[in-house]
Amino acid sequence: MSLLEVNNLKIRFHGRDETVEAVKGIDFTLNEGETLAVVGESGSGKSVTALSLTRLLPPAPTCQSSGEIRLDGRDINSLSARELRKLRGKEIAYIFQEPSSSLNPVFTVGYQIAEAIKLHIPGEKDVTGRVIDALKAVGIRDAEKRYKAYPHEMSGGMQQRVMIAMALACEPRILVADEPTTALDVTIQKQIMDLLAEIRQQRKMSIVLITHNFGIVSGFADRVVVMFRGEIVEQGQTEDVLRNPQHPYTKALIACIPRLGSKQERLTTIDYESLVSS
Amino acid sequence: MNASLLEVRDLKVHYPVRSGFLRRVNDHVRAVDGVSFSCRKGKTTGLVGESGSGKTTIGRAIIRLAPITSGSIHFDDQEITGLSKGGFFPLRKRMQMVFQDPFNSLNPRMSVFQIIAEPLEIHFPQMSKADRRKRAAELIDRVGLSATQLDRYPHEFSGGQRQRIGIARALAVEPEFIICDEPVSALDVSIQAQIVNLLQDLQQELGLTYLFIAHDLAVVEHISDDVLVMTGGKIVEQASAEAIYADPQSDYTKKLLEAVPKF
Ligand SMILES: Nc1ncnc2c1ncn2[C@@H]1O[C@H](COP(=O)(O)OP(=O)(O)OP(=O)(O)O)[C@@H](O)[C@H]1O
Ligand SMILES: Nc1ncnc2c1ncn2[C@@H]1O[C@H](COP(=O)(O)OP(=O)(O)OP(=O)(O)O)[C@@H](O)[C@H]1O
Ligand SMILES: [Mg+2]
Ligand SMILES: [Mg+2]
Repeated sequence: MSLLEVNNLKIRFHGRDETVEAVKGIDFTLNEGETLAVVGESGSGKSVTALSLTRLLPPAPTCQSSGEIRLDGRDINSLSARELRKLRGKEIAYIFQEPSSSLNPVFTVGYQIAEAIKLHIPGEKDVTGRVIDALKAVGIRDAEKRYKAYPHEMSGGMQQRVMIAMALACEPRILVADEPTTALDVTIQKQIMDLLAEIRQQRKMSIVLITHNFGIVSGFADRVVVMFRGEIVEQGQTEDVLRNPQHPYTKALIACIPRLGSKQERLTTIDYESLVSS
Repeated sequence: MNASLLEVRDLKVHYPVRSGFLRRVNDHVRAVDGVSFSCRKGKTTGLVGESGSGKTTIGRAIIRLAPITSGSIHFDDQEITGLSKGGFFPLRKRMQMVFQDPFNSLNPRMSVFQIIAEPLEIHFPQMSKADRRKRAAELIDRVGLSATQLDRYPHEFSGGQRQRIGIARALAVEPEFIICDEPVSALDVSIQAQIVNLLQDLQQELGLTYLFIAHDLAVVEHISDDVLVMTGGKIVEQASAEAIYADPQSDYTKKLLEAVPKF
């Protein structure tokens, strides 16, 4: 049995005059200690899939979802509100795609990380020390000074790292990281990925890593899921999918990756019409 | 050599750090600490560097969203730091910014149409509503979304879709100069390419000038004519795109290029 099993997941949004079928019946699994990368088109349903894992989607009638999500064999849909709250953070923690959507603007970042630590590690004596260590681990300079800063006083990449520090402070079994490094320069990106790799090894943490960055997928993920227009069009071992993609979308996507040092006149894009008709 | 459209001289932005019960100022964050550069007309200046090094702050200082501690900024040979609000107003149409954080920069209570049409209303008050609608539809299509989505609200979009709404808004008034702050960081590589190609097409057609802030060094190499590298509030290297990538001089630039994940 896998740690996490998703079967026939469907997610729909009902707007005023149209219905968006964001996810059209997808299946995947995640094993203990495994890292699963989710790649694919912008708008293909990656983030809403991630949110559905702990029922964080908007309520009905705006949003309707169906299918089965099992964590350790327990059906997520059968959990009470209280059980769900315990699940979030402790079992499954998130690094959300847009930090400003989930950091509270009226509290300092130090306070917010401290709250996460107090909630999940009740016996901790030196909470402040732990907050500062957490900020240092994600490469925030002058952590002693900066933990009193408010989110708007930090750069985009610093906010992103605060969210990473908060998610990791919960010591979750599964980390869902939705584009965790988009605002980071490549040296700090490397530091963060090394940190995640270390924790993954120490605690056998599993990771769902949503990203557009194939360099990260290649160096970090065990398996890859490729999403296109609400469906998983391909999944497999990272090496296989990246070196020998089977689905036309995956092939076309990989051909669009811009490469350092190979100056092109124009960047390659996908011809969606030929893709959908083929 | 092209004439420069933007000239920044010894720019400093220092933020006070307040602490303690009385929230006294007892320290400063030197977000931007004496930078000088220029953006050549019709060309793209890439700006890369460490997270927290002051890139966004430079962009915000240019459009007056960050307080300037000292230094000067010339736009089209006019000193703009001393301008009054009214004096700066005509420049707002000529320079636009695509913000790094689409979630924060799109008003959640406005539909996509209202978001894109707002700058049109301000800068082209004579434009009819039907024309604004037409222009918004055309822009939303060019960034890879659909005109049928114009009446939806920001929260009804994915992260990458929101990022593209911000790009459409910045393009709406046909500015001459656009500060693009991580404009493609949330996009898959194909849509990213579509946006980069669009920016380059517009540059060809209309002679636009870009300050292009990004962490993706391959994209910066592709789009830029000149590149600036920052760390700790200072520019540590500036040169043509070819030179920086072929023969980096500063230790920090070398370190950056080495850290690019390979695939
Ligand atoms: N609250 C909502 N109401 C209506 N539609 C929504 C809502 N949230 C998401 N959608 C739609 O669902 C689809 C999937 O969105 P999702 O955020 O999962 O995309 P994504 O794969 O994460 O894309 P990106 O790479 O751009 O972040 C999109 O077409 C989006 O417009
Ligand atoms: N309003 C503010 N008050 C105090 N400090 C600020 C404020 N805005 C930015 N800073 C600080 O200024 C420095 C530069 O921030 P800036 O956002 O310009 O960085 P950046 O280079 O854009 O980084 P990133 O790549 O992470 O987006 C950071 O240390 C940040 O914390
Ligand atoms: Mg997303
Ligand atoms: Mg920034």
